[in-house]
Amino acid sequence: MARLSARRRRRQGMLRWSVLSVATVFFATPLVAMLEFTTRGPGGTRTLSTWRELFDVNALASNDPELWAGIKASAGLAVLTVALMMVLLVPTMTWVRLRLPRLRRLVEFLCLLPLTIPAIVIVVGLAPVYAWVVYFLGGSSLTLTFAYTILVLPYAYRALDAGLSSIDVRTLSEAARSLGAGWGTVLVRVVLPNLRSAVLSAAFLSVALVLGEFTIASLLNRQNLQVGINLLGKRDASMSIAVSFAALALAFLLLFLLSFAGRARGPRAVGLDALAGPGVEAPAVEAPAVEEVA
Amino acid sequence: MASGLAEPGPPVTDGGAGFGWGWARRARAGAPLLGVVPFLAFVGIFLAIPTLVVAIGAFGDATGRPTLGNVEALGTSTIVDAFVRSIVLSASTALIGASAGAMIAYTVVTARPHGLLRRVVAAASGVLAQFGGVTLAFAFLATLGFNGFVTVFAQHTLGIDITGSGWLYQLPGLMLVYTYFQVPLMVIVFLPALDGIRPQWREAAEGLGGSTWQYWRHVGIPLLTPSFLGSTLLLFANAFSAYATAAALVSQGSPIVPLKIREAITSEVVLGQANVGKALALGMVLVVGVVMIAYARLQRRTARWLG
Repeated sequence: MARLSARRRRRQGMLRWSVLSVATVFFATPLVAMLEFTTRGPGGTRTLSTWRELFDVNALASNDPELWAGIKASAGLAVLTVALMMVLLVPTMTWVRLRLPRLRRLVEFLCLLPLTIPAIVIVVGLAPVYAWVVYFLGGSSLTLTFAYTILVLPYAYRALDAGLSSIDVRTLSEAARSLGAGWGTVLVRVVLPNLRSAVLSAAFLSVALVLGEFTIASLLNRQNLQVGINLLGKRDASMSIAVSFAALALAFLLLFLLSFAGRARGPRAVGLDALAGPGVEAPAVEAPAVEEVA
Repeated sequence: MASGLAEPGPPVTDGGAGFGWGWARRARAGAPLLGVVPFLAFVGIFLAIPTLVVAIGAFGDATGRPTLGNVEALGTSTIVDAFVRSIVLSASTALIGASAGAMIAYTVVTARPHGLLRRVVAAASGVLAQFGGVTLAFAFLATLGFNGFVTVFAQHTLGIDITGSGWLYQLPGLMLVYTYFQVPLMVIVFLPALDGIRPQWREAAEGLGGSTWQYWRHVGIPLLTPSFLGSTLLLFANAFSAYATAAALVSQGSPIVPLKIREAITSEVVLGQANVGKALALGMVLVVGVVMIAYARLQRRTARWLG
């Protein structure tokens, strides 16, 4: 028996390394190609001029105005979307848990809905809504934050829901209320500090999603990072690929930080799993909410 | 919200004890509902209205009169072709991605549980599964485009032209590029299912004299099939709804449905076809919806054994 399983382990080892080598070559090639492409100089030499320009803010702003505008818009959108997502979700989800457990299913359904409605579909229906947004708020690219908040709902909801499940919101809030705290105080000084890592996860996921968004911005004729990269690609291939690589590196960094934010909370952390699409940790165990009504 | 001190009180039933005071109690019981109004209003404006615009607009003409013209336009050959190509693209990349991803996940699961390999693969998959859109398209232009890394390499050392007929900018190219984010997504969604397989089952099978083949045939594969199929459906939906990658890669023509929608939104409105884009969008929602319902069903089956 022992000999047999030793052979099995050896065979598994071989399979593992061949699978992983093929995978590494496939996934690393485009990344290597991006670096190679952006360091090409005239006549087969190597140069870092593209990268130097990318990190020189003044040169970037004057040489590639469309990209610079996109970077600024995306940075603003990331901040606004995280803020709007928090203002919308944290109080609502806390309130539903405390006072309206019967609505929990509905809120969950609405939050996960954007996973089944592709962005390209939402953008078709958003056109008339945005006609009103332009009427009230003007045509700034920053107004995209409303659409982006919808896009991040599923990911933010899952992260925050995991966080709320791991603390006893009811007891905490009752304790605070019996000491005379108002609902605002409960939310800001009791619930929020306990949700720190879940809030961080939700924020990182939102930022990663906003920085990568192209569909809605491009079809509503607004500017953001990806639209800028796409425009730049028609004019300066090397620069656009360098920016793509930098954007990817930034996303990698964000998700890397996210995996730490997630790890702080035990094995069932939200972390990277939250990226995985609908219902990965779906209908698991979700009984306790309902009985509070009785 | 302001009436926070009041406890919710017993649920008011019609004809209950509080006769005559029912309206007041009902109002008080309804007060907490105010707390979810901002959320519902926001979701209503920016999610429900767009969805309704698509669903209703698909059955109306430019002036809002009901018509079946848009839906009938879905039957024209170019649109049918686009749907067929979208489905072929999504199904093939879902199958390739699911098979390759499952293999990678398996090699990771058989390694040490908390080892470096597993952590690196999980982290890399998390990032690469999100690596779509313009940046991914440009990465492949730098690799296989006319001056790409691999193209130049193949030309200089092997003397062959691998860009032949610009396949990268057509359906085969989309398949290759989509595979790049499908495989890591499969790794993420399939790892938990593989983790649910207990080594004791393998040992039990061996203890009863079963071979490796018999173990997989009677235990492993039946247990993993629902999860594998479910994950494949998720990958299908993922590819089917993807837009940005294709939009950045394909600038001429509209081979797949999302690009057809782009064409419908941005091009000059053909008389009488103002809302064809909405009908296309509705068609996409229907396909994705059916796939996601099947996915949810399979996921529930999976949870029974491997949850």
